[in-house]
Amino acid sequence: MQFTHSEEQQLIRASARSLLAARANAAQRRATLGLRAGYDPQLWRTFAELGWMGLAIPQAYGGAGLGWVELCLLQEEQGRLLVASPFFATSALAAPLIGCCAHEAQRQSLLPRIAAGELRIACALAGADGRPPLDGVGVSLESEGQGFTLSGVSDFVIHGDSADLFLVLARAPQSHGAAGLSVAALPAGTAGVTVHPHVMLDLTRPMSRVEFQGATVNRQQLLGEPGDAGRGIEQALDLARIALASEALGGAEYVLEMTTGYVKERMQFGRPIGSFQAVKHRLADMMIEVEAAKSAAWYAATVAQERPEELAEAAAIAKSYCCDAFFDCAANAIQLHGGVGFTWEHEAHLYFKRARATATLLGTPAWQRERLVRHFAAGSSPTPIF
Amino acid sequence: MKLGFTAKEERFRAEAAGWLQGQLSGPFRDLRGLLMQGGHAQRRRDWERALGAAGWSCIGWPEAYGGRGATLAEQVIFAEEYARAGAPGRLGYMGVELLGPTLLAFGTEAQRRRFLPPIARGEELWCQGYSEPNAGSDLASVRTRAVLEERAAGPEWVVNGQKTWTSFAQFADWAFVLCRTEEGSRGHRGLSYLLISMHQPGVTVRPIRQMTGGADFNDTFLVDARTAAENVVGATGDGWKVAMGTLSFERGVSTLAQQMSFANELRTIVSMAEANGLIHDPQIRQRLAHAHIGLRLMRYSALRMLSSAEAGKLSNEAYTYKIFWASWRKKLGVLALDVLGPQGEIAAGASYEWELLPRLFLGSRADTIYGGTSQIQRNIIAERALGLPRESRSS
Repeated sequence: MQFTHSEEQQLIRASARSLLAARANAAQRRATLGLRAGYDPQLWRTFAELGWMGLAIPQAYGGAGLGWVELCLLQEEQGRLLVASPFFATSALAAPLIGCCAHEAQRQSLLPRIAAGELRIACALAGADGRPPLDGVGVSLESEGQGFTLSGVSDFVIHGDSADLFLVLARAPQSHGAAGLSVAALPAGTAGVTVHPHVMLDLTRPMSRVEFQGATVNRQQLLGEPGDAGRGIEQALDLARIALASEALGGAEYVLEMTTGYVKERMQFGRPIGSFQAVKHRLADMMIEVEAAKSAAWYAATVAQERPEELAEAAAIAKSYCCDAFFDCAANAIQLHGGVGFTWEHEAHLYFKRARATATLLGTPAWQRERLVRHFAAGSSPTPIF
Repeated sequence: MKLGFTAKEERFRAEAAGWLQGQLSGPFRDLRGLLMQGGHAQRRRDWERALGAAGWSCIGWPEAYGGRGATLAEQVIFAEEYARAGAPGRLGYMGVELLGPTLLAFGTEAQRRRFLPPIARGEELWCQGYSEPNAGSDLASVRTRAVLEERAAGPEWVVNGQKTWTSFAQFADWAFVLCRTEEGSRGHRGLSYLLISMHQPGVTVRPIRQMTGGADFNDTFLVDARTAAENVVGATGDGWKVAMGTLSFERGVSTLAQQMSFANELRTIVSMAEANGLIHDPQIRQRLAHAHIGLRLMRYSALRMLSSAEAGKLSNEAYTYKIFWASWRKKLGVLALDVLGPQGEIAAGASYEWELLPRLFLGSRADTIYGGTSQIQRNIIAERALGLPRESRSS
């Protein structure tokens, strides 16, 4: 039993921190926010050269063969600087979807290209109402001749406007729950697929609405067996939730450090404002949440590698706790910076917005908690509110 | 990162579980499931001795002092099995978890040889004499005085003052007491950490009734209480450092056992909600989930704390641990009463005595006060862990 990061893992963190400080700092982020893709393509290539894109992909598929603990360290470090990159959507969401749902031949064809940095993947999972996948699926898959057609709308598709490939979650007519779900892989530009980029509350993670109007896919484009993806999707989504929780942890930790630095410097009444208890105690509360968030995220990442039977519970805990902690810390950061914290110029609002958007993605904290109750109070279900 | 245990550690688990379950379904059946609160003092003493006789009392200590030299993993395993077997809250807590580690860190070899084996055998119980009526959060302002007096048998400390909130004083054979040994000194300086026998005419213990209705702690009056000159831990005048060391041991493996009793409280609340239908209320569900999450995070944080303690590092999670669990449990107490509903406000019998959940509701109000209030905890986190400027303090 050793619940701390190994030296090798700490080395990965340290090298990520120094690379990102040089290549994805606040000034560079400001520049990338204006780019059409919303991220720096050079940086993505560097990620691939360093083996990051395939960090958790097995060596048999061209990856580095490390685990979710290491991938989550990269997520934390990117979260600290709100790095906008295809890393999360491609390596932390699409790769596990492929790993959990696809046939061997499909893995052989897709995973090495992710690792090599040749493939940016956008996952079209949520319906237009944005409810988490499986509760809301907006695309239907119908048989037509030898193949299938996709119709409907998927929204909140991360990097939908700059991806090379879409993974589309689609439901067979009249199916419910985890049954009748398939994941289809479509190259960008497929006929019958249109992408509408949004202006999002969170400026650092571009999303699009993707419409499917009878786009055709063949049998080989469905990952695994048709209608059989439900179980694999749940598992892949939990892995992605843990990665998101890690990213939120990084953001929370960063705003705590930023705010601590500020209150030590900012003088009022002839003293640093950080000497006042009203300020101190807020920072202490932030640190309490950050430390608990570390426990949540690190445990969940470890579970992803060691204890599959605890995956769903640990993912729900990490996703809900880390996202709430990030939001509280980012909100406190604005308050403790005073007026300057409310300006567009200051980076506090970027963290606040990212915190809100991360909480929404793949199931809100309240949704995760509801999942948890079902887990420990078996057979119970809530009375509908309305 | 590695959560699992080795085959050797699992064999240790089987051995510990076998012994514990044998005792608690056999000779100590009556203590099964008893937490810290209330009663059964003599049986609890018997239990301490039984643990000691079988070598399960202080497993992390070196064998020379009555321990087993158990590894951290083995201590974690034992704490888990102890709780799983429903073993009772320990009357020996103060000696086993606080004084013992303090003597291992700061004591002389003679002190260790004198005091550790009787703790490990379950023969001598301890209590802690820190707080005073005018030294609560500002612990460094203790006024209890100790002066060295020459006697025929050698020099002795003569101690005068009042200690308060002394849990276990009614059972204890000895106390570790923070005293002022330097005339005219103030604050952290001039304090010493003395070991004083409770069995002498100069020591009087008076129970304090708490808002729960029970009386778990006491006022302890020291009037010319005496102890041998060598019963000072660390150097004379260095007591503050030793006392702070003791406090840091409150975050040891025993936190895992504490979590198990929290888990029992949460389980009881969930069962009550399932029985009375509140389990279907969306707000109650969210609060139950929050409670479940908090409990799990305590466990994960304790594992982190223990892992990094083994590596000899001072960790941030150790600073935040106390306020985290204390705030969590206070919320749990309110949730408990909300789930019980109005019936929860009616005592079961004719006296002011309460079942588990109302007792949790009342008792948890102390959690954010003892062992450093949450306000003091926040100051410590802000000043020591985050490095913010200190408050101005009058000296």
